[in-house]
Amino acid sequence: MKEIINLPVSKIDEEEYHINMGPQHPSTHGVLRLVVSLQGEIVKNLKPHCGYIHRGIEKMCEKDTYPQIIHLTDRIDYLSSHISNHAVCLLVEKALEIEIPERVQYIRTIMDELTRIQSHQLWWSSFGMDLGGLTCFFYGLRDREMILDIWEETTGSRFLQSYNCPGGVMQDIHPNFQKKVHAFLKTFKKKIKDYDRILSGNVIFENRSQGVGILSKEDAISYGVTGPSGRGSGWSCDVRKTEPYSMYSKVQFNEVLRYECDTYSRYMVRMQEMHESMNIIEQLIDNIPAGDHSAKMKAVIKLPAGEYFQQVESARGELGLYVVSDGNKTPYRMKFRTPSFSNLSVLDHISRDMKIADLVAIGASLDLVIPDIDR
Amino acid sequence: MDNDSLTARILEIVPDAQLEENKQFLTFLVPAANLHDLALKLKSSPELAFDFLFCVSGVDYGKQLAVVYHLNSTQHKHALVIKVKTDDRANPNFDTVCDIWRTAEFHERETYDMFGIRFNNHPDLRRIFLEEDWKGYPLRKDYVDEVNIVEF
Repeated sequence: MKEIINLPVSKIDEEEYHINMGPQHPSTHGVLRLVVSLQGEIVKNLKPHCGYIHRGIEKMCEKDTYPQIIHLTDRIDYLSSHISNHAVCLLVEKALEIEIPERVQYIRTIMDELTRIQSHQLWWSSFGMDLGGLTCFFYGLRDREMILDIWEETTGSRFLQSYNCPGGVMQDIHPNFQKKVHAFLKTFKKKIKDYDRILSGNVIFENRSQGVGILSKEDAISYGVTGPSGRGSGWSCDVRKTEPYSMYSKVQFNEVLRYECDTYSRYMVRMQEMHESMNIIEQLIDNIPAGDHSAKMKAVIKLPAGEYFQQVESARGELGLYVVSDGNKTPYRMKFRTPSFSNLSVLDHISRDMKIADLVAIGASLDLVIPDIDR
Repeated sequence: MDNDSLTARILEIVPDAQLEENKQFLTFLVPAANLHDLALKLKSSPELAFDFLFCVSGVDYGKQLAVVYHLNSTQHKHALVIKVKTDDRANPNFDTVCDIWRTAEFHERETYDMFGIRFNNHPDLRRIFLEEDWKGYPLRKDYVDEVNIVEF
């Protein structure tokens, strides 16, 4: 035994070497390439390489009218497409000072929260899968299907809806909408207990996530890590609370905050957010007022010359739209401040001196969506 | 702090700052030479405490190139926009603020990638989305790409 212990440490443990994680790696959830410097299996630093699916959306926006831009925003963060659409509409409506019917605000808020739930469901599925629990992936996708069915009926699309339009929504909700949302809430309240049984209280999962990837509140603010990832560090950054839009100032819900600052804490924030989202939907779904599904809009939308900014809370954090208008029907400059872009920038900082297997857990807890980074 | 006292405080730090018209945010155009000093004071003065830089955008105004910084204070809940402009289109450069707000590191790389604006003292100023050998800066208004951009 003694000889084995006294064996010289192999040279490879002392030297730093680089490996490529991605662009084709399942745990990067898309085409993201991380160049990781390792010493043994300890991460010394990493450099993200983005741009594999950069489509130049900001450049395209300069040629497109505002209703056309809505279709592009679907493709930025495809898991919060409805929320991104909502942001463009809010910006146009704010610039033109248009009053929006209450019915539209109810519908948009319910749709936003359904979007948040399905996004968190998919995040939970892939988080489990990244850490080796393939069951999670099937459970999450099975339950997400119900929301996609609801969308298909009302918006005509399961994934990239473009359901919002300036002034309202494309068409009124389907007669089955309320019934189906109730059925979903009833089912999912039972199913989410399974989620907790599989992962939240699982000792293997806890060991892999607790104390891993510590992100202090100061760093979260400095790096601009918003959304559930920022709230997992105890930073109250929910746009629905700080700059309420649509119905968020009128419904009762809690901003979920946790203070452990680790991967587990970011995980728990999202799990509790799903409960809060269901809570918001329950308050609205039976009270949708009658009325028009859209305000009267001019055929050609031109924003008055000036600069506008609109924030919304997407499933990943703060989505900001910055528009410079010169009075034409297309924006002069449109910038998307996307949450995943800022959240990615902190990955190097929080995964240093962690094991490479922990990097997978940390990356999953930031819930990156690659088109949201690359645009 | 309300907008009036913020205005007074900023004019005290940078007397040459110009107030710009904006309905939503208090917006100041500051000389590029004052940018880093102002940014440092905005972050470190306890009564200002602008700790959250939530957006950095490059804008091509035709003759001028600009960088727009959207700032927020998580403590006092006030917001501010700082703008810097330059006439030098051949070699535009500003001081980096990524030593003050870490998030600026990626945002400034993106601005460099799309507008060719260089940031002095930036630790790792490379293109972020496009390849290293890409010619030109796509979000500039005078950018020409006959292959990929089809004019109607």
